[in-house]
Amino acid sequence: MSAVVAARRRITPGGLGATAALIFATAVALLPIAIVVFTAFKPIAEVNAYPPTLAPGEWTLDNFRRILDDLPLARLVGNSFVFAGGVTLFALCFDSLAAYALARIDFRGRGVLLAAIIGSLMIPFQATLVPVYQVVSDLGWVDTFAGMIAPRAADAFGIFFLRQFFLAIPRELDQAARIDGASEFRIFRSVVLPNAVPAVMTLGVFTFVNNWNDLLWPLVFTNSQEMGTITSGLTLLTGPSGIVPHGVMMAGSLVAIIPLVVIFLLVQRRFIESIATTGLKG
Amino acid sequence: MLTTSKARYRAPAPLGGRPRRRPPRRRSSGAAWGMLTPALVVLGIFVAWPMLVALRMSFTDASGFGDTAWVGLDNYVRAFTDPDVLDAMVNTVIYTALFTPAAVITALVLALLVNNSKVFFRSFFRTALFLPFMVSLAVGAFAWSYLLDPQVGLLNYWLSTSGVQLGNVLQDPTLAMPTVALVGVWKNFGFYFVIFLAGLQDIPASLYEAARVDGAGVLRTFRSITIPMLANTFTFVLVFAMIAALQTFDQIYVMTGGGPYGHTQTIVMEIYDAGFGRLELGFASALSYILLVATILLSVIQFVFFGRRGKDLS
Repeated sequence: MSAVVAARRRITPGGLGATAALIFATAVALLPIAIVVFTAFKPIAEVNAYPPTLAPGEWTLDNFRRILDDLPLARLVGNSFVFAGGVTLFALCFDSLAAYALARIDFRGRGVLLAAIIGSLMIPFQATLVPVYQVVSDLGWVDTFAGMIAPRAADAFGIFFLRQFFLAIPRELDQAARIDGASEFRIFRSVVLPNAVPAVMTLGVFTFVNNWNDLLWPLVFTNSQEMGTITSGLTLLTGPSGIVPHGVMMAGSLVAIIPLVVIFLLVQRRFIESIATTGLKG
Repeated sequence: MLTTSKARYRAPAPLGGRPRRRPPRRRSSGAAWGMLTPALVVLGIFVAWPMLVALRMSFTDASGFGDTAWVGLDNYVRAFTDPDVLDAMVNTVIYTALFTPAAVITALVLALLVNNSKVFFRSFFRTALFLPFMVSLAVGAFAWSYLLDPQVGLLNYWLSTSGVQLGNVLQDPTLAMPTVALVGVWKNFGFYFVIFLAGLQDIPASLYEAARVDGAGVLRTFRSITIPMLANTFTFVLVFAMIAALQTFDQIYVMTGGGPYGHTQTIVMEIYDAGFGRLELGFASALSYILLVATILLSVIQFVFFGRRGKDLS
């Protein structure tokens, strides 16, 4: 923080009190994440010791060795990348194409279509899970990446989100391209899309994180351990079939959250801002 | 289809004359439908069609095996008479009643604190408080289960040293639901927090300036400026949180499996068990439609307020 800002801010009792309250709230919010990180490196004796401690007295990689025996960890993480990455890639392509047509082309039926898409925003995926499973099963896609990715290759929220953003890009930018006789697709690709990078990136991170973290979806659409994601794979360790030591669970959990935390820290400022302003507040 | 429309010649816009209001309709229609096709195919096969199938299935005894018979409203009657399902509905309402105010008020208070210009490390707090939203609810549930473990849980130990004996909260019929709701709050408050923060930052500074000039105190300013200016954001977040609460599944599946004695069984858990555990597809479809109607009711409330807000701004 620059000296100018620091100098301008006066130290007040209220400011200090609020800062202290926020430090406490942040500590509570980060405690579960801290316990995952610290417990993952604790020897088993310390994990089950009483009284319990936060940080390990002695650091070890035993829990990571152990989880590699219990789970095909590399495979699960790879599956998560293919599933969440695949959904993100398809959804960004399909949603942005549809959003462009809805935002910037005047065609017969647009109003009805837009209303239908906004209406389907209200449908929670849990409500269509049973029949979607039937469709995926009829296609013979249960326990395949196709079955996990295809139903989410486009979604109403993404279309609506990008349409709102495309509407705000000035129409004048199209004019030069239109005079040159550029097609709609060309205007989409070389005028609108380059001006919508922040929105597309926000939607991409949002989609990736949601799918990476989703538990119900992989539980339903996969039935072999080899096709599970890291999120669904970890829950197999806690069920009636096997109680795994806490340290091992936390090592697996740490593996599951590291990619997201890295992505988040790379994009956090812009990501939080666009979620708060463009996306949901309307 | 995209390449053909690209290759076709388009008449340039008339220069100097009256600008053409819209491009020729037919040609653009082709391009528009071409660009919409991939998304519409996906949404048609995996949203619209399943909705119709589910509606039909909800009036049958479909089970995934053997013959399917039409049973009329039996599944819906069962949903509102079966004690287990009624319990799940009541539990979902209890969860919503615990989760929503806790999450919304936590988010609002933290947003008000971070928005205060006298506070230090504001951008750090904004990032750190948002971080739990990036962690999966499943992982959050493992972490909280361990923190609350009656033998080796750190949080249990800290609380017991200050005289609070929690015991085994996840096995306690009265404490299990507040515990899973707390985990839901932990996961989601950060999201509502950033929305509130943006809402607060949209309030024009000139209003606060005017209040200061008029000699209004902190409480008066809060009551007369902050609360009315934030009312729409508040409604939006409130409804959004209620909809999220209706769909709770992950941390309950991980932490209690619906127990103890069904005390944390929610409607989505019930759909999962009926549809994928017991393979009662007809019954699960009826439950899905009940969830859908509840969600739509809440969404309609949201859109009504949303629309009003749009009018206010224009």
